[in-house]
Amino acid sequence: MEQKYYESLGERVCHTALENGLHIYVDARPDYAKQFAFFCTHYGGMNMRFRHPGGDWQDTPAGVAHFLEHKMFDTKDGNALQLLAANGAQPNAFTASSITGYFFSSTQGFEENLRTLLGFVSQPYFTQESVDKEQGIIGQEIRMGDDDPDTEVFYGLMRGLYEHNPIRVNIAGTVESIAEITADTLYACHRAFYNPNNMVLWVAGSVDPEQVARIAREVLPPAAGPAAETDFGPAEAPRAFAPLVEKEMAVSAPLFQLGFKGEPPEAGDSQRQYLLGSLVCDVLAGPSSPLYARLYEEGLINNSFQAGYESEPRCAFLSMGGESRHPEKVRDMVLAEAARVSREGLDGALWERQKKARYGSMVCKLNSLENLCIEGAQAHFDGEDFLDFPARFRSISKGDAEAFLRAWCTPERACLSVIRPKGE
Amino acid sequence: MDVTHTQLAQGVELISVSTDKFKTGTLSVSLTAPLRRETATANALLLDVLYRGSEKYPDIQAISAAEDELYGLSLTPMVRQRGEAQCVSFVGSFIDDKFALDGAPVLEGAAAFMGELLLRPATERGVFRADYVKSEGVNLADLIRSQVNDKRSWSMRRLTEVMCEGEPYALDKFGDPEEAEQMDPAVLWDRYQALLKEAGVIFCYVGSAPLGRVERAVRDAFAPLLAPRPRTALEHTVIPAPKGEVREHTDRLDVAQGKLALGLRCGGIDLHSPEYPALLVCNAVYGGTPNAKLFMNVREKLSLCYFASSMVNKYKGVMVVCSGVEFSNFQVAKEEILAQLDKMRAGEFTDAELHAGKQALTSGYRALLDSQKQVEDFWFSQAVAGVDEPPEGLSRRVEAVTREQVAACARKLALDTVYYLAGKED
Repeated sequence: MEQKYYESLGERVCHTALENGLHIYVDARPDYAKQFAFFCTHYGGMNMRFRHPGGDWQDTPAGVAHFLEHKMFDTKDGNALQLLAANGAQPNAFTASSITGYFFSSTQGFEENLRTLLGFVSQPYFTQESVDKEQGIIGQEIRMGDDDPDTEVFYGLMRGLYEHNPIRVNIAGTVESIAEITADTLYACHRAFYNPNNMVLWVAGSVDPEQVARIAREVLPPAAGPAAETDFGPAEAPRAFAPLVEKEMAVSAPLFQLGFKGEPPEAGDSQRQYLLGSLVCDVLAGPSSPLYARLYEEGLINNSFQAGYESEPRCAFLSMGGESRHPEKVRDMVLAEAARVSREGLDGALWERQKKARYGSMVCKLNSLENLCIEGAQAHFDGEDFLDFPARFRSISKGDAEAFLRAWCTPERACLSVIRPKGE
Repeated sequence: MDVTHTQLAQGVELISVSTDKFKTGTLSVSLTAPLRRETATANALLLDVLYRGSEKYPDIQAISAAEDELYGLSLTPMVRQRGEAQCVSFVGSFIDDKFALDGAPVLEGAAAFMGELLLRPATERGVFRADYVKSEGVNLADLIRSQVNDKRSWSMRRLTEVMCEGEPYALDKFGDPEEAEQMDPAVLWDRYQALLKEAGVIFCYVGSAPLGRVERAVRDAFAPLLAPRPRTALEHTVIPAPKGEVREHTDRLDVAQGKLALGLRCGGIDLHSPEYPALLVCNAVYGGTPNAKLFMNVREKLSLCYFASSMVNKYKGVMVVCSGVEFSNFQVAKEEILAQLDKMRAGEFTDAELHAGKQALTSGYRALLDSQKQVEDFWFSQAVAGVDEPPEGLSRRVEAVTREQVAACARKLALDTVYYLAGKED
């Protein structure tokens, strides 16, 4: 395997690509007790409409990627979740908008656990009976989500910002949409997206990199077919689809998310845009900003308020929110402050401090093996190297942030999603 | 990982965990007191008010600027309930010296910053600023009321209130919302002075600095806290068995999914009991892991739910089982949960189940050493309990547990209260 040393971060990562197209990254940390392995496909809730090269477009029901994630744990001999747990590992999986990740952490039996992980994710085994049984379990997961105001306020925002993009659709689907899923649907999606060349393996902790590569070669198929291409819908207009989305739920006080629709990053620019967008959130509405202090002191927000940048296929946005009795007032004050900064420019001292703080917090997050592996996998799919962030960080200027803010934080691009207490 | 306990004064303890595997250092300062209705709200509110302004950093912007200068030091005011103790902490996490861009030491600056906030508050007329007390009181009240938004933890909270009514354990660690909104700055000031004099103090550091440097930084930054204090042990009333018939309680809210929560008394077993490791294993096999009986049967076999799990409070000798199910399935889910408990009592679990349960625990103890937050929380919790057994010791005791001990422990578990969170009736 080839090695790369990141001097300013004190990290060393080994990398190789197998003949079947799978990329493997290993950050060996001999002083850790734990091993963390993350096996991830570039396929998530948004990949609902796809085709094989030269084939016909295929539509699959909302929630199928997440359903598939649950059912992947079924094997001919039983259930891989139990097998891993019985071997002392802590296994789990998640489905996001554009990736599905399977992982375990363990402190012993690593080789066996890695074989199990790679085996069950690459060898589908579904029966109609087990698919039917899972409808009940996932149905309850969806119902749990229906009662979760954070989930609802997020999807409200997505439906307000976007007209077509599948980010609007809940990853878990609905009780009705998952009822359409059959064993055949799952096999088709697995065939389309679980090719080694559409996947990545990221491992960190007390492991031997060469051993990881050897096991992957032994367990995974030697060659892979082409991955499917996805239709993410027609291009979106720059403006928000709707200015306001509201819903009532059993909550104690209103919850809100204010979003700004922006342009998705160009190829190779994902991490830089992430850093830039995050810094803009920090200087506009982060805890050190004058706006945050005003909002907080006037009792319009509390410490549940957060702001951040996010990007998914064909979309990128800023969102900020939390609890507030007067979400509209918060929106108006954010817009007014964005207009002021667009006119007058950013405070230089604030900008320098925020850069220092954001850099520190990114370094701190490297403590977490989980965070490193997940970020590393996501960056790989973006064609980038996550640990290159110090250099990208240095390339961002105050002028970049001002231009970004002027372009993104405007009334036409804004949408406010609010969950109000029922019966108020 | 070297762990050193140093008594800085009577009732003032420093735990220093020396390791250079992290990119950060963590320093916490905690004040510990009994959880009581009269003092709970003021104790909970205190750190939020302190985090609003000090002499040197009079407002939020000044505080944030100081944190940014310390490379984005992250300071979290925390209220932690440990059994019937209420602990308020500032937990600071900051970049390790070797990664700072200018190579200047960060630990000393972080300690000084935390000491400034804790010990030199912004005041007016000799007490806390009224506007800070008012706005943080409203925020705390909002936080207390917003606990209903997370239906899973809210149903467990409500179960505890019903089951442990009259015991301090039933109190909300954040106190009472109305009291928070109306807090008088002078009353809060008196509580602050009392805590500074009387509360137990625990400092915990995890990071690469050697003990001598840590102790100096703490002594310099927190000097006024280092006076000896009355060593009143924190007590937790452990009630071995339910007082009478099983109680049932139903709350109704506008929800899509029901929540079922069962509270059990653990026969008087708490963390000091010889049977404690057996209780941990019993909980792991019964409902603590993804191959525990509850997960395998209530979820995987019967498809009744997405989650069904159990957990133990080691200070209080209480076990709680929680699951999210359709309203119409309340009874069948409850029966299955109790049927699985009967299997535990009868020793009907395989050697593989027993082994997996133990392994989940021991693996958890090893893995916690890789997380700075978990290391801090582990040693803080041990200090509150007055024990200094390391994870490795607990791990060895778990390994030695026999199946008979697990079954005997399960036979001591007695159902006290059943709680249902149901939908609104039409």
